[in-house]
Amino acid sequence: MRALMTTWLAAVLLFCAPLVQSDLTIDITRGNERATPIAVVPFAADGGQLPVDLAQVVADDLKRSGYFDPLERDAMFATPSSGDEVKFGDWQALDTRYLVVGRVSHQAGRVEVRYELMDVNGQSRLLGEVLTANDSQLRAAAHRISDKIFEEITGIRGAFSTRIAYVTSQGVGEQTSYQLFVADADGRNSKQVLSSDEPIMSPDWSPDGGKLAYVSFESGRPAIYVQEVASGRRAQVTSFEGLNSAPAWSPDGRRLAMALSKDGQPDIYVMDIGSRNLERLTNSQSIETEPAWAPDGDSLIYTSDRSGGPQIYRHALGGGGAERLTFTGNYNARGRFGPDGESIFLIHRGGNGYQVARQDLDSGRLVELSESGQSESPSVAPNGTMVIFATQQGGNGVLGAVTADGRASFRLPAAQGDVREPAWSPFLN
Amino acid sequence: MQLKPYVRSLAVAVSLAVMAGCSSGGGTQEGSMDGIAGGNGAGSGQVSGSGLGQGADQMAGARIPEVRTIYFAYDSDAIRPEFQSVLEAHAQFLRGNPDASVVLQGHTDERGTREYNLALGERRAGAVERFLSVQGVSPSQVEVVSYGEERPAARGGNEEAYAQNRRVVFAY
Repeated sequence: MRALMTTWLAAVLLFCAPLVQSDLTIDITRGNERATPIAVVPFAADGGQLPVDLAQVVADDLKRSGYFDPLERDAMFATPSSGDEVKFGDWQALDTRYLVVGRVSHQAGRVEVRYELMDVNGQSRLLGEVLTANDSQLRAAAHRISDKIFEEITGIRGAFSTRIAYVTSQGVGEQTSYQLFVADADGRNSKQVLSSDEPIMSPDWSPDGGKLAYVSFESGRPAIYVQEVASGRRAQVTSFEGLNSAPAWSPDGRRLAMALSKDGQPDIYVMDIGSRNLERLTNSQSIETEPAWAPDGDSLIYTSDRSGGPQIYRHALGGGGAERLTFTGNYNARGRFGPDGESIFLIHRGGNGYQVARQDLDSGRLVELSESGQSESPSVAPNGTMVIFATQQGGNGVLGAVTADGRASFRLPAAQGDVREPAWSPFLN
Repeated sequence: MQLKPYVRSLAVAVSLAVMAGCSSGGGTQEGSMDGIAGGNGAGSGQVSGSGLGQGADQMAGARIPEVRTIYFAYDSDAIRPEFQSVLEAHAQFLRGNPDASVVLQGHTDERGTREYNLALGERRAGAVERFLSVQGVSPSQVEVVSYGEERPAARGGNEEAYAQNRRVVFAY
């Protein structure tokens, strides 16, 4: 048995300085009218202002989720910094349902953050916590606070402390360059993990969040690589003749599904990463690609054009063949499961072009979510509340996100170049 | 290998017949909202007539043909008639230069999903590969690499750019 780790390559040429940044910004494009009003009061500071406005990061997180509508700061009558100081009447008058107050103290490079979440109508404290962080962990601390608040109110685990991977490109034709980035879920704190003069495609996170599988053309043809995010160490996993594409980690992290054309038209294969043994799942004269695992690992979905155009099929691993899932319209591709396994998110060509859509598997009903007609590459947040995808804005590729119910959406434009193929990480702690 | 003119014509006919048979599995479904076939905008690489006329095998066989890109209609991997002479010229060169090899780079326009387009680009380059094979080119001289929509020749979300991007490039 060949262990993956023994073939790690030193990626000296391609693994560039990890400090290259290309942060994405946030433009809210559609608010949710039914979002819950909340006020995140600026945190009081002892010992000087922090380099990061924690309350603003929390308010931005909550707004981006589509579940909350944070109150503008200049509409606040008062700025309490602890629950004892809160006069609930002030906030009831503003129709605020929840209130977040806090205080930070900054001493010798350590920051202590105390915050409380108050229920304005119930006039009670729902949450109180003290965090410590150093200066480089301030945004992470704010995201952790957002996670706690989100879960306390909605009952859904927050995904603000997760990350996204995405591919960028600059230039056109032979001069194009490609980069793979990893950033926080809000587009900040971006780090380049790979740079190449040849295309990079299809990043996918391992279930433990420690590695990325992707396709790189750096050898002159597509091959699948696995790279450790923290160290940059990586290994080439496949280099078969023809397509080596669309790697997808199994939920147990031990297998990679992929599309290979070494035996003719592209088919779906599953590789055991430890032994490199390949199992062929499909065998047809049509195109099969874009595999994705069901959360329980018992089945896969993939795109096939065996019916003429691309549609999504489900293949149970225990046998039983493939079942066609999509029937709405003549183009449905690149499906991804929501974490509950009850719905899939996909690209659907409808009257308005290529859009992100959700299909509930029980009813078969398909709902379009995105407004753009050029959407690609949907990737679902690990808590299932949002889908990030690639779209176009002003002739450039940008990332967009939409809530799983379609009520709210935002864009994450980059300062320059094209951004595409976002992959949302699993929960990281 | 030197073919007499009528034999070469026959080879072209056989190539196209085989291609027609092979491409019965459907089009490439890049997807267009309006179904317009891209007929214009791809003119940069077009050639007319047979610059490499009959009996020119020996001379033509010495140089890599200058036209190295052919274009495709929307939702199609069919070789368009105006590019048959380009393919014949490459076939002639490769037959005459058994040590030469070529990578057929398949490309699509940007519409549709990336991984699926990667498969469509391979189907397009595969159509050219079969044409060359029927023309007597050794399979060992030809490799197919699909880039899907990853290496556009032109930018822009319009039919002119789409038409320039639906292509197969002969990379020697």
